[in-house]
Amino acid sequence: MTRQMTGAKMVVQALKDQGVEVVFGYPGGAVLPIYDEIFQQNDIKHILVRHEQGAVHAAEGYARSTGKPGVVLVTSGPGATNAVTGLTDALLDSIPLVVLSGQVPTFMIGSDAFQEADTVGITRPCTKHNWLVKDTDKLSETIHQGFHVATKGRPGPVLIDIPKDVQFASGTYTAPKQIKISHYQPQVKGDLDMINELVDALEKAKRPVFYTGGGVINSGPAASQLLRELVDATGFPITSTLMGLGAYPASGKGWLGMLGMHGLYEANMAMHDCDLMINIGARFDDRITGRLDAFSPKSKKAHIDIDPSSINKVVPADIPIVGDVGHVLEDILKVWKARGRKTNQEALAKWWKQIDGWKQINCLAYKQEGATIKPQYALQRLEALTKGMDRYITTEVGQHQMWAAQYLGFEDPNRWMTSGGLGTMGYGVPASVGVQIAHPDALVINVAGEASWLMNMQEMGTAVQYRAPVKQFILNNERLGMVRQWQQLLHGERYSQSWSEALPDFVKLAEAFGCKGILCKDPKDLDDAIMEMLNYDGPVIFDCLVEKHENCFPMIPSGAPHNEMLLGDANATNAIGATGAVLV
Amino acid sequence: MSPLNIKKGSSKHSAYALRPNFSDVEETHTLAVLVDNEAGVLARVIGLFSGRGYNIESLTVAEVDHEGHLSRITIVTTGTPQVINQIKAQLGRIVPVHEVHDLTVEGPAVQRELALLKVACQGEKRVEALRLADIFRAKAVDSTLTSFIFEITGTPEKIDAFADLMRPLGLAEIARTGVAALSRGAS
Repeated sequence: MTRQMTGAKMVVQALKDQGVEVVFGYPGGAVLPIYDEIFQQNDIKHILVRHEQGAVHAAEGYARSTGKPGVVLVTSGPGATNAVTGLTDALLDSIPLVVLSGQVPTFMIGSDAFQEADTVGITRPCTKHNWLVKDTDKLSETIHQGFHVATKGRPGPVLIDIPKDVQFASGTYTAPKQIKISHYQPQVKGDLDMINELVDALEKAKRPVFYTGGGVINSGPAASQLLRELVDATGFPITSTLMGLGAYPASGKGWLGMLGMHGLYEANMAMHDCDLMINIGARFDDRITGRLDAFSPKSKKAHIDIDPSSINKVVPADIPIVGDVGHVLEDILKVWKARGRKTNQEALAKWWKQIDGWKQINCLAYKQEGATIKPQYALQRLEALTKGMDRYITTEVGQHQMWAAQYLGFEDPNRWMTSGGLGTMGYGVPASVGVQIAHPDALVINVAGEASWLMNMQEMGTAVQYRAPVKQFILNNERLGMVRQWQQLLHGERYSQSWSEALPDFVKLAEAFGCKGILCKDPKDLDDAIMEMLNYDGPVIFDCLVEKHENCFPMIPSGAPHNEMLLGDANATNAIGATGAVLV
Repeated sequence: MSPLNIKKGSSKHSAYALRPNFSDVEETHTLAVLVDNEAGVLARVIGLFSGRGYNIESLTVAEVDHEGHLSRITIVTTGTPQVINQIKAQLGRIVPVHEVHDLTVEGPAVQRELALLKVACQGEKRVEALRLADIFRAKAVDSTLTSFIFEITGTPEKIDAFADLMRPLGLAEIARTGVAALSRGAS
């Protein structure tokens, strides 16, 4: 069915045909025709944010927690430039987004018109692909193509720039089924020779470890199920990146905890000493590998990734498999079972004994004493009091983020939304709103630091407007904690600009926004205060005053290998050499 | 010159050598990239090279399939085998890119570049310039009483050699197209 309609109507029709239920956006001159169409329909819910960056992060939260692409609508010029941080964040964390931006009319492009920016030029390096649509007849096809590119292969953000005259003009609408098939069809099935080689390695491995990442989550819930089946059937240990938490349950018997710079001792030691590393949907990020020439020196490395450019980018792969994690895991299981479910039991038992020895170090130990709340304690209590609930966690970026990854347990995929690759402070508040919009009845908690939280706190207005009962759990140390920690360890304890002076009264701030504020500073009151937060039917800003100088451990200092972790303050000062200091 | 050890059958869907065998020696490779001829596609390719710190020695682009709106970009680049491998994989990620071919490793290829050289000279030097041009099969495509413009086609090395010879005779300006290349054989 082809129909004549205006470009603005096409946008709404195309979104409907793509199954879009929610759009996060902010109106402006160059998108008024589209907002006029949104006004005249009820199928798509528009969430009015307070800042375009918030719109993109909210859409990311929506996308990560549902597996569906997030949709954003912003105006030209500043509307589009404000979206750039969110686009970059989504690109680095492989989150499917479709961002629609208004543009000045085609006949004014290049004239430095009011609110004109070269949006496709600016967003070219921070999107998977982008388009400037100059012809209304091509608009609907481009939007459908945008959804295809955003969601197929390694997911990512796309942007479609729509000049205002294209929105006003009439053209022919093309439905999704009628568009010609895109040549963009990434390979999903892994090469069978390679899969056989991997199964061979699984059967023989003496000290294997699964190292999984966000690719498992992106592949869909079925991939997580297959991963669980494979891990449990082989009895191999498994660790995960920050992005992959929840793909394998924290309560599972193979679980070692997160790895990397602030990963668990046993996870990093297993990575360093293993003889077979099976990377599933992770990308050997520098937060994971530490010093590259000392990274897991004795292991054979298998790497499963849907993006061929991830393979051999940083760490050479001995068994490279290009394909979708779900498809490849299915084939691995099939082949491994057909070959008799063999593993080297004897060696595995020895390996686990060694791992259990590492676990005895109890690397997450801390002392909760005195009248000050330790941030770790706050998170442990939060974990204990929310266990078993229908719970989604978002975070900001910094120490609290690492503590959340260490002390909270994730049993399912799509429950953990955090800015991993880009490390975007200000991600958590809007992301929590996006998650809550997608799951109105669930418990959504944003674990935050006070400094990050302030970066996009305006989105509390959005939470209140749409009755999104998000819980903002702020670990307030009145410091930029991670910056302070690095200054202590690297810069002679010169704490340059890393404290939060003139902080607002968060309880009053909550009241000003029209939500509930809770202040807690005594460990004795913590449980009751958390329960008060959980039981309140509406958004809450929880100001948890914590120990100001707590450092986040374990820590692999920059420039160090996995087996040279710092476990506590005692061995931390001056542990980082001059070469490590130049690394971020 | 095939540093990339491709296991037969293992990468049949892909132009990328997945089996690493990396050395630290910088190599020069000629890549042929088939792309949709749409707005901004060249900026995507160039942005990839500048954004990730890769080298471009030369780059040519033109539409080669007017019905299918496909352009062919020929890029000469240098880097270690690991970097060359990344360049190919990163090019392959760009959505309007259809195919990436490494003509340097995929078998023998013909590489040609066209150059125009303006040589300003008089007297004996004019005769010498024409004589050298004849040896290099360069054509004089324009002449005034005090200058020639020569057109020469060949490998970049041949053009370099010709330019070196013309320099003492009064080489005033040179314009080069960059390399165009095709693999040999029927396919």
